[in-house]
Amino acid sequence: MTEATLNMAAAAPQTHKPAAGGREEFAHDITGTVGKPFLDGKDTKFFSRGVNVFYTGNKQAIFDVNVDIGRNEVIAMIGPSGCGKSTFLRCLNRMNDTIAGCRVTGDIRLDGEDIHGKEQDPVLLRARVGMVFQKPNPFPKSIYDNVAYGPRLHGLAANRAELDEIVESSLTKAGLFKEVKDRLQTPGTGLSGGQQQRLCIARTIAVSPEVILMDEPTSALDPIATATIEELIDELRQSFTICIVTHSMQQAARISQRTAYFHMGKLVEVNNTKTVFTNPQHQLTENYITGRFG
Amino acid sequence: MSTTITEKVRASLGKRYAREKRFRAYGFISIALSLMFLVLLMFNIFSKGLPAFSSTYIKLDVTLDAQTLGVTADATPEQLRTASYNSVVQKGVQALFPAVEERKQKKALKSLVSGDAQYELQRMVLADPKLIGTNQTVWVLADDDIDMFHKGYVDRTAPEADRRIKDFQLVWLDKLEAEGRIDSQFNTTFFTRGDSREPEQAGILSALMGSVYTMSLTLLFAFPLGVMAAIYLEEFAPKNNFWVDFIEVNINNLASVPSIIFGLLGLAVFIQIFGMPRSSPLVGSFVLTLMILPTIIIASRAALKSVPPSIREGALGIGASKTQSVFHHVVPLAMPGILTGTIIGMAHAVGESAPLLMVGMVAFIVDVPHGITDPATILPVQIYLWADSPERAFTERTSAAIIILLAFMILMNLLAIVLRKQFERRW
Ligand SMILES: Nc1ncnc2c1ncn2[C@@H]1O[C@H](COP(=O)(O)OP(=O)(O)OP(=O)(O)O)[C@@H](O)[C@H]1O
Ligand SMILES: [Mg+2]
Repeated sequence: MTEATLNMAAAAPQTHKPAAGGREEFAHDITGTVGKPFLDGKDTKFFSRGVNVFYTGNKQAIFDVNVDIGRNEVIAMIGPSGCGKSTFLRCLNRMNDTIAGCRVTGDIRLDGEDIHGKEQDPVLLRARVGMVFQKPNPFPKSIYDNVAYGPRLHGLAANRAELDEIVESSLTKAGLFKEVKDRLQTPGTGLSGGQQQRLCIARTIAVSPEVILMDEPTSALDPIATATIEELIDELRQSFTICIVTHSMQQAARISQRTAYFHMGKLVEVNNTKTVFTNPQHQLTENYITGRFG
Repeated sequence: MSTTITEKVRASLGKRYAREKRFRAYGFISIALSLMFLVLLMFNIFSKGLPAFSSTYIKLDVTLDAQTLGVTADATPEQLRTASYNSVVQKGVQALFPAVEERKQKKALKSLVSGDAQYELQRMVLADPKLIGTNQTVWVLADDDIDMFHKGYVDRTAPEADRRIKDFQLVWLDKLEAEGRIDSQFNTTFFTRGDSREPEQAGILSALMGSVYTMSLTLLFAFPLGVMAAIYLEEFAPKNNFWVDFIEVNINNLASVPSIIFGLLGLAVFIQIFGMPRSSPLVGSFVLTLMILPTIIIASRAALKSVPPSIREGALGIGASKTQSVFHHVVPLAMPGILTGTIIGMAHAVGESAPLLMVGMVAFIVDVPHGITDPATILPVQIYLWADSPERAFTERTSAAIIILLAFMILMNLLAIVLRKQFERRW
C-alpha cells in the first residue's frame, strides 16, 4: 500500500463529518468511537471498556476508550503526537503502574480476565504481555544475557542447553541470529541501533508472551532495518497478538489488519486497516491520514 | 549567510578565542599551583619522615652471667622474666668506657642506650635460656638523642648549653663511631610496636591496627546501610510524600553537621546509654558510620538517578519485579557512582579525628589492639599526639606516621578504584 492508497483515501466517500474547523473544536465532537471497535468474544484477546488515564494533578490523558484487540492480529495505533497512544498501550501491561501519580480506571481484560483484578499479578501480566520500547534499550550485558534474562527470570529453561535453544530461536525469529551468532558474548549495547531494536524484540519474544506491545519500534531506524522489523512483525503474528504504535501511516497500512486512530486522548475510529485508509468514517481520521494535520 | 552576518561573526571570533585562551590559562595556573603545593607538602613530609624508618643501634658486649642477672641456673621462666637485665646492660656500656668513674657520667653512659636494651636481652634469654652464662655481642637500640645525633640533626658547633648532646658525650660517640659500634638499621620497632613515651621505642602498629579495624567496620556498616537507604529512597519510597521529603532534607542537613557533633552523639548514645566499650574501634566505627552515611546516601542516590529509566522499563517490560529490575540492572549500573561516593566518605573518615576524640580514641595506646572492643587509637590521632610531643625524634615519627596514613589511604582508594573498574560497563 503506497501513495495510491492515500490518494484513494482522499477521494473516498465520507460518512461522518462534523463541520470543518480548528483542532480544538473537533475534540468536542468525538462522542464515541466510529468504525468497528468491537469483536466477537472468542476472537478477542484484549477487551477494554471505559478506560481513562490520569497523570499527576488529575491531568487526563485518555478519555473513555472502548476497543477490542483480536487474537493473532496486528493492530496499529496512529494519531498526532501527544494524543495518548503510548499511554493507552502502557495500560495494557500495567506499565503505567510504575509511573508515580498515574491512575488508570476502567475495565481491561486479557482473555476475559480483569488485568486489574485482585488475583492478577502485574509481573505475571508483563510476562504474558511483552513490550518493545520506542528507543532500543538493551541491557548493558552480553547479547546472550540480554535474551536469556527473561527466560532465566521466569525459570523457562531447565538447563543451559534449553536456554541456548531459547536464545538461538528468539534471535532467529527476530532476524538477528545470523549477524550476531559469532559474538553472543559481546555487549548488546555495541550493536547498531537497528540491531539493538531487534535484540530488544528477541528479548521480548524469548519469554513467549501472548501479546507484544510495540511503541514506535522503528522510529529510530533506517528503511532497511525497518523493513526487517516489519517482516518480523508479519511472521510474529502467527503466534502473537501485536499492538503497534506508529507515526508512519505507510507502515500501519503495510503491516496491520486493524487500525485505531487516537485524537487528544480519545479513540476516534477503529476499523480494518484497508477501510481506515480508503474510507475513513470520521473527518478527523481523514484529515490525519491525508496529512491535513498531525 | 549574508556578508554582514559573516562580518559580524568574524569580528567576534578574535574575542571568543581570546576568552577561550584565558580560561585555559586560568585552569592551567590553578592546576600548576595546586600541584606545586602538593609537591611542597610531599617533599616536606617525606624529607622529614623517611629518616624515621631507620634507627640507630649500638653494639654491646655483654656477659649474661647468672650472678649479675640474679638468677640461678635452674630458674623458672617467671624468674627469667624478672631477672636484672638492667645491670647487664649497665655493665656492658661501662665496659665500653672503663675510664668513666664519676657517678653522674656513669648515668649518662647508661642513657646512651635505650630503655629497650634490657628488654631486648630479656627477649633473647627467654627465647633461649641456655644463653645464661655466655658472652654475647648484641646490637641494642640507642637512645633517641643519640639517634638524632647519628642522623645528623645535632650541630656540634653550637654552644654546649644549646645541645642535648654534651661535649663529653661527643667524645664517647666519636669513639663508638671509630670502633664501628654505632650503626643505622631498618626501624622494625616502628612497624611492630604500639606507642611509647620513648620515641625510639614508639611504633605505629597499634594506631594502624586501630585504623584498620575502625575503617573495616565503618565500611561494613556504612556501605550496606547507605546503599540500602539510597535504593529505598530513590526506587521504592513514595514520591511527594511528606515523610520522605522530611527524611531527605534531614539527610542533606546531616551531611553538613560538624563531625565533632557526631562524636558527642556517639559518646552520649553508644557509650553512656548502650554501655559499649570506650576507646574501642567498634564505637569509633559507629560514629564514623553516622558521619559518612549522608555522603554515601547522597552520592548513591545521584548515581541511581542517573541510570536511564529505559533500563528499568526494559526489565519491567519482560516481567521482572520491581526489586529484580533494581538489583539486576539499576544497582550494577549505579555501582561505579556508589563506589565513588563510598570512597569519598571513607577518605573523609580515615582522616577524621575530632569525633573519635569524643569517644576516647585519643588514649595513649601501647598494646596493639587484637579485637574490635580493645582500646585503640587511630592514625590521625596518633599523628596529633606525636606532633604534640616535644622530642625531636617524635617530629620525624609524626611525618613517618603521615606517610603511613597516606599509604593506607592510597591502598584503600586503589581497592575501590579496582572494584569500580570491575563494574564500569560500556553503554
Ligand atoms: N509521565 C507523564 N506525566 C504526565 N503527563 C504525561 C506523562 N506521559 C505522558 N503524559 C501526557 O499524556 C499525554 C499523552 O501522552 P502520550 O505519551 O501517550 O502521547 P503519544 O500519543 O504517545 O505521543 P507521541 O506520538 O509523541 O509519542 C500527553 O499530553 C503527555 O504530555
Ligand atoms: Mg508515544
